This record gives sequence, structure tokens and C-alpha cells, in this order.
Amino acid sequence: MKTEVIPAYPLGAPGAARQAGRRAGMGLMYLALILVAVLQILPLIWLMLFSLKNNQEVLGAPPFSIPTNPHWENYVNVWESGNIGVYFLNSVWITAGAVILTVLLASFVTYAVTRMKWRARSFVLGLFMVGLMIPVHSTLIPLFSTFQKLHLIDNPSSLILSYTAFNLPTTIMILLGFYYALPREVEEAAIMDGCSVNRMFLRIILPMTSSVLATTGIINMIYNWNEFIFVNTFISSDVYKTLTVGVQNFIGQYTTDWGAIGATLMISILPILLAFLIMSERIVEGISAGSVKG
Amino acid sequence: MSNKGVIALYVLPSLLLLLSIVYIPIVLTGYYGLNKWDGISPMSFIGFDNYKTLVQDQAFWQSAYHSLLLAVFSAISLIGYLAIALVLSGKIKGANLLRKIYLIPMLLSSVAIAQLWIKIYHPSNGVLNTFLNSIGISDPPSWLADPKVVLFSLFVPIVWQYAGFYILIYYAGLKNIPETLTEAARIDGANSWQIAMRIKLPLVTEIIKVTVVLSVVGSLKYFDLIYVMTDGGPNGASEVMASYMYHKAFRSFDFGYGSAIGFFLLLICLLATYLIRKATATKDTVQFH
Repeated sequence: MKTEVIPAYPLGAPGAARQAGRRAGMGLMYLALILVAVLQILPLIWLMLFSLKNNQEVLGAPPFSIPTNPHWENYVNVWESGNIGVYFLNSVWITAGAVILTVLLASFVTYAVTRMKWRARSFVLGLFMVGLMIPVHSTLIPLFSTFQKLHLIDNPSSLILSYTAFNLPTTIMILLGFYYALPREVEEAAIMDGCSVNRMFLRIILPMTSSVLATTGIINMIYNWNEFIFVNTFISSDVYKTLTVGVQNFIGQYTTDWGAIGATLMISILPILLAFLIMSERIVEGISAGSVKG
Repeated sequence: MSNKGVIALYVLPSLLLLLSIVYIPIVLTGYYGLNKWDGISPMSFIGFDNYKTLVQDQAFWQSAYHSLLLAVFSAISLIGYLAIALVLSGKIKGANLLRKIYLIPMLLSSVAIAQLWIKIYHPSNGVLNTFLNSIGISDPPSWLADPKVVLFSLFVPIVWQYAGFYILIYYAGLKNIPETLTEAARIDGANSWQIAMRIKLPLVTEIIKVTVVLSVVGSLKYFDLIYVMTDGGPNGASEVMASYMYHKAFRSFDFGYGSAIGFFLLLICLLATYLIRKATATKDTVQFH
């Protein structure tokens, strides 16, 4: 602790008053901070509670009452009846495919930009960075008509390609900072030993960047899992829909069954909440690195 | 393999993807905007007719006005986020946990958030009206059906969604300020308020600029949550530029006009970025490396 230097005031005993004032101020600030935190999670707690109630309880009991016997069957029912299981699996593999492709391609580009010398380097990097500012809606109609011509409408590869292209800029941005900071000694030693460029990338760079790969991976996972507009536009068959659009359609049909809606929403956000519980440090790191450095 | 071959191997796949999914489509959007096209039958070139219609389209300008309101609201609410981050970055126990809690809504899909808030606003069983009833307010407005309040009702979940994101960014920036600076000021007799206003704020101006661009441009192209919660209604009262474009293209099947709107949206976003950057440009930036 540091000792306070209190200027000599002509008034009597200002130190104690200031101390008390500071303490009250601190208390108020804590109160405000905690109030914000409560506001941020209260809606989610309410959601969790009504996902376990039947309509009678939702309409009759107070909103934050704990259900006396939780209706877990709400979850079973929507999983079985409403295609939610299918949507869930689609979300999983489409998200996974796009995450792997994005992280791999972004690593390629970042490696070439930070470790090789070529003329168009800064121009190409600039293209990726400007890509951050392009609104998705300005590309939607041409993408739709092009995918239609290529018979990729109602085909998950249209989603994987679009997710990858639109997430490459952020991913490269996060990777760049890490690559620049990476010590070169290991690579120099490897070159001395006659290691080829590709071997170096696969055997040395990728393992050395594994922590930032996890960060970009989780950030990409969140983006792709939550994506809505591309699925809504490109996919029409139920067998290929992901959770965001599936949930939207499903809820449209069951507007009055609160428990079913709650359970559906909970199923759609649980993987993200789980990822957050396990990897919150990486998520925080990725989000701050991916947004500010532009 | 030659050097060029290696570089091509590493860069070309991503570059081709970026060009074909992002850059070529925006050029095509501009071109489609010059055509009359329903998406199925062949296009017919009509020059700038779509853009002329756009300039006189009352409904479009109304949606643009809503987007602008959203952008202004979002930019103003940055002040609140900054204040929270300033408090949080002081010597607060549990700051790390708090900022993580703040972030949770931002990680969820806009569709889930929208559906949840539809329920929160539910006229009879929503938690909001239940609460208002319990404190004696018996005739709350119909949050999503009243054209006068719908924009405000949409703005609340948007704030809820993004607050944690901006607090996180500000917090990271404020934590980056070397403690020697603030300590020196404290020894010189500055109080917390003075330290915040005179030392911390000036040192995060770069970050503030970035967040203003992010929030304004993000608001101008905002879509998901509004599309799900009100679909632009009632009667266009919450229509924004992106939802208007989507309705024209994929509901009225006016692909030509939709493209013109999409291209216009792109120009507005780029222009907004440029203008904010220019208006806030300073010669020197502070770095502590």
C-alpha cells in the first residue's frame, strides 16, 4: 500500500471526511457495476427458468419463481419433434468446417505476409483489412445469384465459403500481432538445418502458434454459430438449416408454448455458454485483439 | 518450387476467396443496380433509373433516418460504456469477472436475443410488463406494436447486446496505461476524477475513435435483431436500410432496386468511416512501447 500525502488544509480533520467520502464513493461504484452485471444476466436467468416451466406456471407464477418440478421434457420434446436435433448437428459441422478452413487459410496468409518478402504484400494485406468494413448486405444479391448458377443454393458449402471469406480479415488481424511478436531464433535455426518453407510452417509455425489458433478458433466458432442472414438467404431445406434459422422458424409455429420456446433458445445458446465457461480468457483476448487493432 | 510459387500457394486460396465472395460481389451489386431484374428473367439495362427512384423513395429515406437514429443512439451510449470501463479499470476487486459477465449477451446469436426480448416485451406475460404492473404501472405501451416506441424498444436489447463488447475494449485500453503515469498524478494531488478526465481519457482517444467508427457503421448496417423482432414493422416504423434492402430483394423480388440499395449502403458505410476518421484526426498519437 502507498501512503497518502494529504495536503495541509486549513479546515479541521479533512482526512477522515475524505476517507469516508471515498469509501462511500467506492461503495456506490461497486453497486453500479454489480447492477449492470445483474441487468446483463437477468434476462438469461429468466429464460432458463421459463424453459423449465409449463404454460400454467409461466402464466400463473411470478416470473423468477423456481419451478417446483422442472419440466426437463420441454428439452426432450423440442429436440425430438421440431427438427432441432437436425439443426443442431448442421450448426456443429458447418461451424467446424468453416472454423478449420478459416484458421488454416488465415495462417497461410499471415505466414506469407510476415515471413516472406514480396512486392504486393502490403496491398494484399490492405485488401483483407478493408474487407472488414464491407457490409454483408452489399454482397448478398450477387452471392445469391452466383451460388444459384453454380447450384450451390441450398447447399452448405455456400455457407462455409461465405463464412470463411468474411471471417478471414478478423482472423488475420488477430494472427498478425502474434506472428510479429514470435521470436525468430527457432526459425533461423531451422533454416540453418535446411528446413523447407512448408516443413517450417507445418512443423514449427503452426505448433508455436497453437494458443492464438485456439483464440481465433473460438472467436470464429461464435461468429459462425450465430450467423443468420446467409443461412436465411441461401438455405431453404430443413435438412441443411442451422440453429439460428431453424429456431426462428420453429418458434414461429409455437408462439404460445413458452416452455418449448425457452428450451429451444436454451439449446441454441448452450454451446456458446459452455465455450464461454471453459475459454472465457481466450474469448476476451480474441475480441479485444480483433477489434481495436484496425 | 520457386519462391513465387510458394507465395502463391500460401496466399492465392484466401485471396481468391476474398475476391470472389467479398470484392467481386460489391462490384456486381453496383452493376445490378443499373438493371431492371427480378432475379429470374434476363436483366435489362436501365442506367441510373434505380438510383433516381432511390433518391425519391420516401420509404427508403425513412429507413435511412431510423438507421441514423440508431447510429446516433449507439454513439451516445458509448459515453456510458466508457464511464463503466473507467470505474472498472480503477482498483476494483473482481473487475475481470465483471467484464466477462458484461460480455455474455454479445456472444449469443441475435436471433436468440431477439426471441428472448420478444418474450420480455410480451404484453401480458413478459417479465417487463409483469414488473411494471407490480409497481403500479397498469397500462404500459405496447412495446413492439406502437410505432412511436418501437425504435426505442429495439434499441434497449441492442445496448444490452453490445455494452459488454465496448466496455471490454475500453477496459483493455485503460489497463494499458502505465500505472506510473496515474501514480505520479496522484502524488501531485490529482483526485480520481481529474486522473480519469485529464490523463486516462486523452490516452485512449485512439480507441474511442475506433469504437465510434465501429458503433456508427455497425448501426448503419444493423439488421438481424430488427428483422427477427419486428421485421421492420409496424408499418415500416422500425425499418432500417438493411432490412429495407432485404425486403425489396428477397420479398418483392426487385433484385435491381435491392442491389441499388445495397450499393448505396456500402457507399454510406465507407463514407461514414471516412468522415469520422477525418473529423477526429489528430497529428500525434500516444504509444507506450
